[in-house]
Amino acid sequence: MGTGHTSKEEVMRAISAIVAALSIVACLTSPGVAASPTPYTATPELVSAALKEAKVVWYTSTDVAVSEKLSALFEAKYPGIKVQVERAGAERVFQRINQEYGSNIHAVDVIETSDAVNFVLFKRQGWLLPAVPDDVAKFWPAEAKDADGQYAAYRAHLSVIAYNSKYIKAADAPKSHADLLDPKWRGLIVKAHPGYSGTIVTDTYALSQALGWSYFEKLGQQKIMQVQSSTEPPKKLALGERPVMADGNEYNIFILKESGTPVEPVYATDGNAVVIGNAAILKDAPHPNAAKLLYAFMFTKEAQQANSDVGGLRSFRPDVKEKEGRVPLAKIKLLYSDPAKLEPMIEELKKKYEEYFGT
Amino acid sequence: MSGVVADLPIAAAPRRTFDPSSAIFVVISAALGGLVLLPLFWLARYSLSDGAGHFTLANFRELVSDTSLRKPAIVSITMALGVGALSAAIATPLAWLVARTDLPGRALIRALITASFVTPPFLGAIAWEILAAPNSGLINQAYRSLFDLPPFVVLVDIYTLEGLIFAISCYTFPLVFTLLANAFERVPGDLEDASAILGAGQATTLRRITWPLVMPALIAGTLVAVLQALTMFGSPAILALPAGFHVITTKIWSLFQFPPKPGLAAAAAFPLLFISVLLIWIQRRILGRRGYVIMGGKSGVPRIARLGWWRWPAFAFVMLVLALTVILPYAALLKTAFTKNVSEALTWSNLTLHNFHFVFFEFSATQLAIRNTLFLGITSATVGTLIGLLVAYLVQRRVIPGVWLLGVIATIPVAIPGIVLGVGMFLSYSTAPFMLYGTLWILLIAFVTIEMPAAYQQLSTSISTMNPELEEASRILGANRMTTIRRITAPLLRTSVVATWCLIFIGSIRELSATIMLTTADTKLVSVIIYDLNESGDLGAISVLGITLLIVSFAVVLIANRLPLLGGRQRLPLS
Repeated sequence: MGTGHTSKEEVMRAISAIVAALSIVACLTSPGVAASPTPYTATPELVSAALKEAKVVWYTSTDVAVSEKLSALFEAKYPGIKVQVERAGAERVFQRINQEYGSNIHAVDVIETSDAVNFVLFKRQGWLLPAVPDDVAKFWPAEAKDADGQYAAYRAHLSVIAYNSKYIKAADAPKSHADLLDPKWRGLIVKAHPGYSGTIVTDTYALSQALGWSYFEKLGQQKIMQVQSSTEPPKKLALGERPVMADGNEYNIFILKESGTPVEPVYATDGNAVVIGNAAILKDAPHPNAAKLLYAFMFTKEAQQANSDVGGLRSFRPDVKEKEGRVPLAKIKLLYSDPAKLEPMIEELKKKYEEYFGT
Repeated sequence: MSGVVADLPIAAAPRRTFDPSSAIFVVISAALGGLVLLPLFWLARYSLSDGAGHFTLANFRELVSDTSLRKPAIVSITMALGVGALSAAIATPLAWLVARTDLPGRALIRALITASFVTPPFLGAIAWEILAAPNSGLINQAYRSLFDLPPFVVLVDIYTLEGLIFAISCYTFPLVFTLLANAFERVPGDLEDASAILGAGQATTLRRITWPLVMPALIAGTLVAVLQALTMFGSPAILALPAGFHVITTKIWSLFQFPPKPGLAAAAAFPLLFISVLLIWIQRRILGRRGYVIMGGKSGVPRIARLGWWRWPAFAFVMLVLALTVILPYAALLKTAFTKNVSEALTWSNLTLHNFHFVFFEFSATQLAIRNTLFLGITSATVGTLIGLLVAYLVQRRVIPGVWLLGVIATIPVAIPGIVLGVGMFLSYSTAPFMLYGTLWILLIAFVTIEMPAAYQQLSTSISTMNPELEEASRILGANRMTTIRRITAPLLRTSVVATWCLIFIGSIRELSATIMLTTADTKLVSVIIYDLNESGDLGAISVLGITLLIVSFAVVLIANRLPLLGGRQRLPLS
């Protein structure tokens, strides 16, 4: 898939496309005129206040190795502040925070999930603290952040089809979602679950809109292997447990491929779901200063570049350089989903999913 | 409560001091009753009310009408019966061979079977994933390379109902085995001699005399295995999802996903509770009849059958069982822990300490989880043993009229599946006035409650074999009941106290069904992070954590057996 160097224009074009989609969300979720708070930076005062708290709790749905990497960078930059990373699938993070907040337990400082709907709901509950790091104010397009400054897009990635090239030649690999319905793939496909993964909630919604539910009904007949998080299908692919994945994180495929594992992403001709991972600070954060410090750090060039280099995540920051060999978003058919439209459909989506896939 | 003891006239001493045992009785009864009944009360309340708190039967109606709820129930029952049958089929010949034949290495075999009991079932399930996943599984790979077969030809597939039944049975058969081996040892030798004298061959004696005598133990053990499988969460969560089906416990758990339906989850818990109570009742009835086994009394040591030439096929069978339940799973975990990609061959270049580095130096949850697990294991074991000891003592010695009720309360949790208790406790302790969710205390209460029946049962048995005269002598010499327990009873009970302590400790490490409902970021346990890591497929890290967990629990058990507690290491005669 070597497509040579990615020009900045291409990246920017793709990002502005994502941003256009996000703007719909931003409009729908901002209740009126409340202005965004004044941007802040990691001032020495903030750092010393955070040092006194000595700890920050981060609930995330980013792959555990990638999120631990970011926390290691933060800990190296601010010695004396420990990051406690709580990694689970977006839907489990969401379930956990709901259970905790329902019981008035405020353990979490910074939250970040791959399900944009989560943030629509958090905001409506009034759980989020308006806070805009300077970097977000300067570099993030207005549409890639909440108009009231309550959250911003920390990362983006795609949910893609992929295959293990040790078992399948590029010419034989599926080219589209429709190809996955070929009987020759029966028993050979792995896929993640929308009950656990925000990426897959987004992906299932986007594909059901683009291809219709009949796609999933037929895929359900393919004797697929069902796993939970969208980080897992790439790992099953790497093991050779199944040679094809129907959905899962593009960034895990990047990580594996770039470390020499024979896996290849497929940018399906019938569309690939774009997944936005927002982040926010909780209003009742137990370590408010450390939370602000980590949140600001998450949007720095350093963190975003590391996310791209080590984690294979796409960034909204224009000065982040993507590794060579990664297909630029501009060359991929992208499917956007509007969280505001997705939200009322979640229950039906999960019910249909269980009907077609059994779990 | 008078505190005067009917069967020990000497207790009504001239010094009418306050006997602390009656106060303890009241406190323990109230505490235990509250612990057991409060979750059930909240479960009932949630299942019968709608979102606004009004009475409704809608949850139960949905339970009956919704196929996505009915199907998991049927799958669960099939699975549980399968586990029962398979556990019995493995345990029966094994127990006979170990208890009643001259098979070589019997002591070692028993020890290894205990090792498979110490393995948390969810860890065993993950190990079996590594071994028998259809394509990457090590067994399937070996099969393909042995017969030079193309990729994706499958010998065994763990992601099936049969695979799940097998993976659970590997860690439930030791229960059947233990009960059965004890029963085989208790069969009175003179009855078998009589049969032999009357001309029956070895096979006939086995069929006509021995078999009917151990039958109750077999049925009772099998029912315990069925119950364990029915209420298990970890293994189905790991193996049934990839296979594309739910069991009742995973379905209840999924009802807490967004949008959560706690009312329906509470309602779905009741059929599970009902089946458990039914199974326990059947088991009690069968065990109640066991009396005639013991009636033979101490009529000689059991006769040992000579296997002769048959010892070799028998030995092969035992080795096969041990390979499948202990040796292969641990080898698979070790290989995964030390390799980059477990499905590749074990070579020097593939060898790595990366997984260890990740778990101990990069993964921020590790230290907290290990600390919490140890703290909870040790406190649950200590508190549970103390309460169990007190309850068993009060009940066995009939200290106060009506004290049998305490024994009943201590036994009730045996019928409450872990996930049901977890849901009930979450509903009870996540709102005022008992706000415990988010603390380690809620997990402590859960573990003590879950382990109480076994602890009570074990201690109660030992106390009943102990002659009360020794305690009476102590009372005559002026010690009150508490002093007597401390100075006389406890040292005599040391062996079973330590055994109970270890049982609760291991139980708390194996527990996942209630834990998964009750844990939060600050109250993580190793079992939970293993489950979380499984969600994202990080097998290397899981293997490292699993091996660490086992080493730590073996170390704790060893230390517990050597501590000079309760009057030292030496084993005292019990009467």
